[in-house]
Amino acid sequence: MSETGIGASVKRREDLRFITGAGRYTDDIDQPGQAYAAFLRSPHARAAIGAIDASAALQVPGVLAVYTGQDLAADGIGDLPCGWMVKSKDGSDMIQPPHPPIAVECVNYVGEPFGLVVAETLQAARDGAEAVAVDFDALPAVVDPASAMQGDQLYAQAPNNRCYDWELGDQAATDAAFARADHVTTLDIVNNRLIPNAMEPRAATGCFDAASGDYTLYTTSQNPHLARLVMAAFVQVAPESKLRVVSPDVGGGFGSKIFVYAEETAVTWAAGKLRRPVKWRAERAESFLADAHGRDHVTKAELALAADGEMLGLRVSTIANMGAYLSTFASSVPTYLYGTLLAGQYKTPAVYVGVQAVFTNTSPVDAYRGAGRPEATYVVERLVETAARELKMDPTALRRRNFIQPADFPYETPVALVYDTGDYEASLNRALEHVDYAGFAARRDAAQARGKRRGIGFSCYIEACGLAPSQVAMSLGAGVGLFESAEVRVNVTGSVTVITGAHSHGQGHETTFAQIVSERLGIPFDSVEVAHGDTSRGDYGLGTYGSRSLAVGGSAIVKATDKIIAKGKKIVAHAFETTDEQIDFTEGVFAERDSNRSMTFGEVAFSAYVPANFPLDELEPGLSEKAFYDPGNFTYPAGAHVCEVEVDAETGVLEIVKFVAVDDFGHVINPMIVAGQVHGGLCQGIGQALCEHGVYDASGQLVTGSFLDYCLPRADDVPSFVVDTTVTPCTHNPLGVKGCGEAGAIGATAAVMNAVTDALGVKELAMPATSEVVWRALSAA
Amino acid sequence: MEVTLTVNGTAHALDVPDNMLLVEVLRERLRLTGTHVGCDTSQCGACVVHMDGCAVKSCTVLAGQADGADVTTIEGIGAPDDLHPMQAAFRECHALQCGFCTPGMIMAAIDLVNTTEHLDEQAVREGLEGNLCRCTGYHNIVRAVLAARDVM
Repeated sequence: MSETGIGASVKRREDLRFITGAGRYTDDIDQPGQAYAAFLRSPHARAAIGAIDASAALQVPGVLAVYTGQDLAADGIGDLPCGWMVKSKDGSDMIQPPHPPIAVECVNYVGEPFGLVVAETLQAARDGAEAVAVDFDALPAVVDPASAMQGDQLYAQAPNNRCYDWELGDQAATDAAFARADHVTTLDIVNNRLIPNAMEPRAATGCFDAASGDYTLYTTSQNPHLARLVMAAFVQVAPESKLRVVSPDVGGGFGSKIFVYAEETAVTWAAGKLRRPVKWRAERAESFLADAHGRDHVTKAELALAADGEMLGLRVSTIANMGAYLSTFASSVPTYLYGTLLAGQYKTPAVYVGVQAVFTNTSPVDAYRGAGRPEATYVVERLVETAARELKMDPTALRRRNFIQPADFPYETPVALVYDTGDYEASLNRALEHVDYAGFAARRDAAQARGKRRGIGFSCYIEACGLAPSQVAMSLGAGVGLFESAEVRVNVTGSVTVITGAHSHGQGHETTFAQIVSERLGIPFDSVEVAHGDTSRGDYGLGTYGSRSLAVGGSAIVKATDKIIAKGKKIVAHAFETTDEQIDFTEGVFAERDSNRSMTFGEVAFSAYVPANFPLDELEPGLSEKAFYDPGNFTYPAGAHVCEVEVDAETGVLEIVKFVAVDDFGHVINPMIVAGQVHGGLCQGIGQALCEHGVYDASGQLVTGSFLDYCLPRADDVPSFVVDTTVTPCTHNPLGVKGCGEAGAIGATAAVMNAVTDALGVKELAMPATSEVVWRALSAA
Repeated sequence: MEVTLTVNGTAHALDVPDNMLLVEVLRERLRLTGTHVGCDTSQCGACVVHMDGCAVKSCTVLAGQADGADVTTIEGIGAPDDLHPMQAAFRECHALQCGFCTPGMIMAAIDLVNTTEHLDEQAVREGLEGNLCRCTGYHNIVRAVLAARDVM
């Protein structure tokens, strides 16, 4: 292995700009003559919009315009669409209420934009927004998802406030499994609402060139091409060919920056109206109110077992909160990213899941790190652990009893997926070594002597990543293909520019993708540049989410490099007057078989651009290749997470004293970066378990609307982690990789809550398990 | 109001509104955009700079309060070919991902090392409690600060 090739912990080239303050995030980029937008946001959870009086606002010095939803609608601006059509079990389409970017007749959650003020300065825009007078007719709000179907009907087309009633699996077979079970474990689970909170608030600057009619949008997007597509095809701000979307450095996303929101749409439109750039940056309070939230499921789950621990059937019924509108991919999260994962790592032969998605007067809920898979893992792993306790079996033994075995792959689950490979016991064994499971009993006794209760919990998760095989996704309702594109441009002097449709907002693609190309082409790491995040630079791309960038985008890059090598062989064969079958390519050298003639990669690049005597009907000049890669299957990262906690029996204060994560991501390109991804995911998973909670009061006001009220984990809330990997290479992509971005957040939450409930000796405990929750549980016991 | 201050060694005299914040002076007037704004409640620490040698959250300092002060921002502590030990440690330990919290985190960490006598892991974790990071889980930030401690 070279120092910069596949498998090396190469230091990130991105870092130099970030550690010196030279990063360029959307809010760092100003345009000449730019104006500033402030959005008018609903103070009500649900209200009819009456008269909007902007006269005072227009008198505020510097205010240029006040726009309402009616202005956008009158200009032909369309609704924000949901890109995944889910069908109910009766075959009917999901219900998609109209979602104008700027509300026109009614507001349906606190913080929903119903207008914007544009001014010469940000202060003037905010002062103008303060001066707008609105007659709202407040209406009763529906807030709680569990009772939403009995609440006031929010949309005429959505009886019972239901978006869809979806099912997956064989209900009769599952019911039969329960009928013959020796034991049934039942849990009522609330998967708490989370607010993503990437550290960079969303921002957008719309620009318009009146001479050409071209629009440019600088925005904090995880997928600029998708933003362009939606804004062109659905919202109809500008034709695709007239809209350039640039996502420069983006300060974290975790899903929340996948979606196409009102604000970037409106500032781009406003730039065209005012013929000058319009900039907006969210205050954190706006991020809390108007970024799509995550999770928020209410579930009843049952596991049927034989007396010896064999898992016979799993039955799950979930109410999923969609919020007030369907965000871009909201409908897919509690269905195809959730129900399909409920087999977990186990051979449970019968699984049935029903999901009712409901509308409430809360911020839209969509994909947040893991997106459906953390919710599935939480259901399965809490059930398995609880079942082990009820059957008085060791929780690791119960899991081993039911693991899908290496010889079983490819393994078709009862919930529509085909796992390609894995070795779940290997990850569990490694995790148990790291945590010293054999020594746990002694540690528990020692803690007891100190007045502490110690508990241990496990989570053996699986996820489906590498979104996605377009054929599968589109047959299930996806409105877009989910391939990825790559272009490998070999420059005349032999350096290489790689353009990827994936987008990096912390993942380090500029480093890892260069490692891949450097190794594949046998050229120095420093000769490879990676570009992304600008629709004017690359072909269509689908961006970064669902741990897809390496498995799908990296595979596209490999495919493009293969084409470069094939073209290079043709060039060399021509030079040597032989056939390209006679040319071998290894470590940057094209060599003729059975001869001593060869050309370096640099020589071939140069000759491609000085085609003095190319047979032009057979061989084009130049050395630049594009590839689109559509995966044959999902990838299936899996692993074992183990958490040990100590609880102070007097105060309820809880400490994670050990956290071990052993993950199988297939081959690893850069172990340093992979470990970093796991650390961050674990912190978010632990945050869900112990402190994060998005709370609305009964009237629909967001109670946790700032970092003072919403507990984002801080450095002293989490431990140092032990992370390790096992490897079963993915069988169907050229790198044998699976994806690592979400695993931490998928696996950790159940491990923590299994440890906490073990320490407390309780069956169920609501998340987040704050000291108060723990103390109350201890007091009740 | 008239404010004079030195930023990264350069003296500036500025006419600013009374309610202008130091972070706005840095980002908007001086175009030093390495200092970030991540919240509106003085919680996240993305805006931490040094004022007269001490870490401050520049979103919570009025420009007028910085009158006469010597301010150092992330741009003033090192360059790509001449990194501050804390910058170097952040890179070496992979203590950043998206980079948004990083400038404030580095400035806070330098102050922490400078002002803490016995800096161990727990002290780093407690000392950085005012700086939020959503990417790293803090694991590698803690490692980086401890590594920089040894060479600062």
